[in-house]
Amino acid sequence: MTMVLYDAPGPKARRRSLLISIVGAIAIAGGLAALIWALGAERVSANGAVQPGMWDGSRWDIFNDLAVWRSIGEGAAATLRMAAVAAVFALIIGVLFSFGRAARSRWVRIPVTIVLEFFRGMPVLLMMLFILLVFATGSYWAGVAALAVYNGAIIGEALRAGIQSLPKGQREAGLSIGLTVLQTRFMIEFPQAFRQMLPIILAQMVVLLKDTSLAYIVGYPELLRVGVNYLSNFFGNRYFFSLFFVVLVIYLAMNLLLSWVARFVARKTGPKAGKLIAAGVDDAGRIPGASGTRAITLPGAHGGTIDRRER
Amino acid sequence: MDAIIENLPLFLRGFWGTLQLLIVSGIGAFIIGVIIAAMRISPVASLRAFATVYTELLRNIPLTLVLFFTANVLPYLDFKPGYMTLAMIGLTAYTSPFVAEAVRSGVNGVPVGQAEAARSIGLTFGQVLTLVVMPQALRMVVPPLINVFIALTKNTSVAGGFFVFELFQTAQQLTNLRGDRVVAILLGVAFFYLIITVPLGLIAGQVEKRVAVLR
Repeated sequence: MTMVLYDAPGPKARRRSLLISIVGAIAIAGGLAALIWALGAERVSANGAVQPGMWDGSRWDIFNDLAVWRSIGEGAAATLRMAAVAAVFALIIGVLFSFGRAARSRWVRIPVTIVLEFFRGMPVLLMMLFILLVFATGSYWAGVAALAVYNGAIIGEALRAGIQSLPKGQREAGLSIGLTVLQTRFMIEFPQAFRQMLPIILAQMVVLLKDTSLAYIVGYPELLRVGVNYLSNFFGNRYFFSLFFVVLVIYLAMNLLLSWVARFVARKTGPKAGKLIAAGVDDAGRIPGASGTRAITLPGAHGGTIDRRER
Repeated sequence: MDAIIENLPLFLRGFWGTLQLLIVSGIGAFIIGVIIAAMRISPVASLRAFATVYTELLRNIPLTLVLFFTANVLPYLDFKPGYMTLAMIGLTAYTSPFVAEAVRSGVNGVPVGQAEAARSIGLTFGQVLTLVVMPQALRMVVPPLINVFIALTKNTSVAGGFFVFELFQTAQQLTNLRGDRVVAILLGVAFFYLIITVPLGLIAGQVEKRVAVLR
């Protein structure tokens, strides 16, 4: 899209673009350097005592201690456990919601729709508090249940959209060979809808992993609480920043990894992989002309499906 | 019911806090998001790279960590403008990449033929953008943008966990005071959230329908 907006740059435009690029890069790098320097500067507190900067060794020496890493590992494990359990329940709830939402009887469909809308419009945090206080489940199950219900509602909506987008013939064919309505749903419609919506479901899993950190607020000892609050209480306040920095990096690593997996799977088994012949879409997954019109189709453009998609 | 009615002033104060958070960080996120989106589609490589890294990083940090940073770490680094402002900064930073993605997908959603046609009749780059691409892109961007703001409304509740008085904090304080009326109080708070999110959702649906007719 972007390339369509302007001509291929000539020598003058290329030079100008390079110049702006360099100036921009210097400005951004300068800003980062200033930030790092400001964090590293010694600070004088109100009573005149000088404290070391944030990168000083005395603020980072606890990371030589294996016990610190063990605690952080436990926190990370608690986060991942909550995410995994909630994800399984969310999928189950999502399937149930999608059935209720696509039910033929109005007496099922309308109440399910209202409940679903209610859950989708609620902050997850409020749901956690509700479950924690009303059902007195403890913070772990409050977190799991709220995450499962909220993400289940969204996955259910996605699955319903997937079922609805299927060609009508799928369902008719299923019914005409004598399957019951439920069998058609389970054996014909659902597998296709699931595959079509897999990218959305996986993206929702990333959201779920991120949202486990909300359990921090209802008091669940997950990565943030263990890594920053407990450890800086134990080892002293001067490690506060370094501990936060490490926890942040761990969270980023977990989420980026899952995002990349989600994107990879989406590329491999996106909607187009569900069709026998992706009509009108070339093997790089583009609609012809989407990347600029080309009057002549180059020979061999349709060979080597796999390595083309790899790019 | 009586637990809600006798505490109505507190509910309204919480609601006002939520609205403040929503409006200020909504506007802030919109401005920064549009700038980031513009950087993302600009011809300058270093701006594009910066925008990509910014979006990727901020989208993968949980909101709790962002607000923990603004509410606990920034004051630790001697930056103390008050918890409300700090929460607004955090929510703005967290929401801006989502705005940027919505805007960018809108620009990408304009059929290529439109830009090609505009260029073929001799419009300059600026004219192509302002006269042909942007008017169509912005219209398509409205429903996803509203969805971003609905998410922001729900996300303001996290600020309640970091010393800001808004609806979630109202819920926490009132349920402490009136342990016997927990369900009524929490449903009351839920109602106030729905007052914001449901109309926004209806508007988004309405706009989406209009755009669908046009295409």
